[in-house]
Amino acid sequence: MRRLDTPYWIGFGLVLAALVVAPLVLPEFWRRFVTEILIWGLLAMSSDILVGYTGMVSFGHSVFFGLGMYGAAAALLTVRPPNLWLAIVYGLIGAGAVAAFVAYFATRLRDIYFSITTLVFSQIFFVIIFTWTEVTGGENGLTFRQPPFALPGLGAIAFTGATLHWFVLAVVTISFLLLRRVTRSPFGMVLQAIRENEPRARAIGYSVERYKIVAVMLSGLFGGLAGVLYAIQNKFAAPDFVFFVVSGEVVIFNVMGGMGTLVGPVAGAAFFLLLREGISRYFTEYYLIPVGIIFTAMVIFMPQGLLGFARRRLNQ
Amino acid sequence: MGIPLEQILIQTVNGLVNGMILALVASGLTLIFGIMDVVNFAHGDLVMLGGFVGAMAVASTGSFWLGLLIAAVTIAVFGSVLQVTTLRPLIGRDPLTTILATFGMSLVLQKYALWQWGPSARQITEPVTAEFNLFYLQYPWYRILTAVLAAVIIGTLYLFLQRGKYGIWIRATTQDRVMASAMGIPVPLVHTVVFAIGAAMAAASGVLFGPIGGVTQTMGFNFTLRAFIVVVVGGMGNLGGSILASIFISLLEAYAALVVSPAQAVIVSFVALILTLLFRPTGLFVPTPK
Repeated sequence: MRRLDTPYWIGFGLVLAALVVAPLVLPEFWRRFVTEILIWGLLAMSSDILVGYTGMVSFGHSVFFGLGMYGAAAALLTVRPPNLWLAIVYGLIGAGAVAAFVAYFATRLRDIYFSITTLVFSQIFFVIIFTWTEVTGGENGLTFRQPPFALPGLGAIAFTGATLHWFVLAVVTISFLLLRRVTRSPFGMVLQAIRENEPRARAIGYSVERYKIVAVMLSGLFGGLAGVLYAIQNKFAAPDFVFFVVSGEVVIFNVMGGMGTLVGPVAGAAFFLLLREGISRYFTEYYLIPVGIIFTAMVIFMPQGLLGFARRRLNQ
Repeated sequence: MGIPLEQILIQTVNGLVNGMILALVASGLTLIFGIMDVVNFAHGDLVMLGGFVGAMAVASTGSFWLGLLIAAVTIAVFGSVLQVTTLRPLIGRDPLTTILATFGMSLVLQKYALWQWGPSARQITEPVTAEFNLFYLQYPWYRILTAVLAAVIIGTLYLFLQRGKYGIWIRATTQDRVMASAMGIPVPLVHTVVFAIGAAMAAASGVLFGPIGGVTQTMGFNFTLRAFIVVVVGGMGNLGGSILASIFISLLEAYAALVVSPAQAVIVSFVALILTLLFRPTGLFVPTPK
């Protein structure tokens, strides 16, 4: 085990080092781009807990992301002066509350029924946010000022592009290490047992429903954290991010990168965003035509995703 | 509660008409699911494509009925091509992969429609412009005709499944794929034909819906979502259940629209779905399984 892990950590260290240096060498546009990849990567990782590890394909991850955004907005608009940590706490409360709600109902169902239920839940919250104009700003959403980076007792400094990137990188890296630890814990093993054979996991005596509820909660919290980061980066919360399109993209990230690997979905997010960036220069908003074709082809021919494909090639 | 009786009756008629169109969409979806375990995420987009092809055909031939036929046939052929290229390789894999593959299709189809026909709504002129008095409203006969036509199409499908030789093949494949194959039924062909039939029904609903709500490239997702709800509430793969559930859901939404805005009324059907899944996960309109 030890011997196999070493190259993994070397690779991890190299990628991390590259990401730390990135804002210093990249121009503004690409710096922002890398920060966004990290945020979407965190969202993709959070859904991988469900899709890849527990075998439950969530088609409603936008609801956690969106509630994270609106939670952060609530903190930044109601509390003076705007506080970064409070925004994170509010975002996590928002996403966590919705995750508890979704988890309670959706985990009673399996396979496609779970997918459809998560989709329907995200639509319910989309409709509520979209039509409740007095509180959520309706179609226009909410805008707010970026909170400064503050440590208790050390004062506050405003974010610059580079420091925001490092902050996001730190949050995403810590989340990754936490999630990796969780997936390798006995709890994570039970989740994988549920994915492989649910009746058997139940027969052994695990309370499958309880494990699934915790998995959805965990996934929702990290999805909400991604939403908070996105809200802080972009200084707005909009109903578009609660809509199905975002959930669909999360599923694309997972499939493209490789489900059940944590790193894969991040790679998938990077691949998707780069594809979108590259193709939309020629096809403008029709980039989803070639991307959709690539996606469908990957579902058929490369179900392990990019990472699984690469790994198999390396092992040959 | 000051809702006059006339309004309730008008909404009942509206709900029934919408319910029959939805039933046409949902019965295609449930047929496809029942036979091939495919959750067709692109079903609503087939409705949308059918609507656009119908709008073009109606405009160029001048006849609504000819346009309806052309749209149904075109989308049936297109659907079988889709099935052969993307779904046939997935036979035998987890049903979840089919939802992913059809989701990819849906992305492509929706953006293709945007590219081909632009973002604005197309209106299809109705073949029957006569109206009748429904309380204080002039209610178009066309809507009633739509409901009747949808019922006729579904009825024909039912008869075909019950009586026709190929219908029996289809039902045999639903019951036991391996055994049907052993009996000499060309199972892959049955799959393709079923997908084509489902696609044709989706296209027909798109054309029928055209004069009522217009055809836009974003209508697909809405239809997919509603059809999913209906199919789950009615019991997956159960044709009769889907039809009853379509009417039930549409009536529910129509009545809810009396009290809240139509955008919020859809929540009622979402709640109906969740309650169904909690208390009767096999569907509302099927006998309790043993």
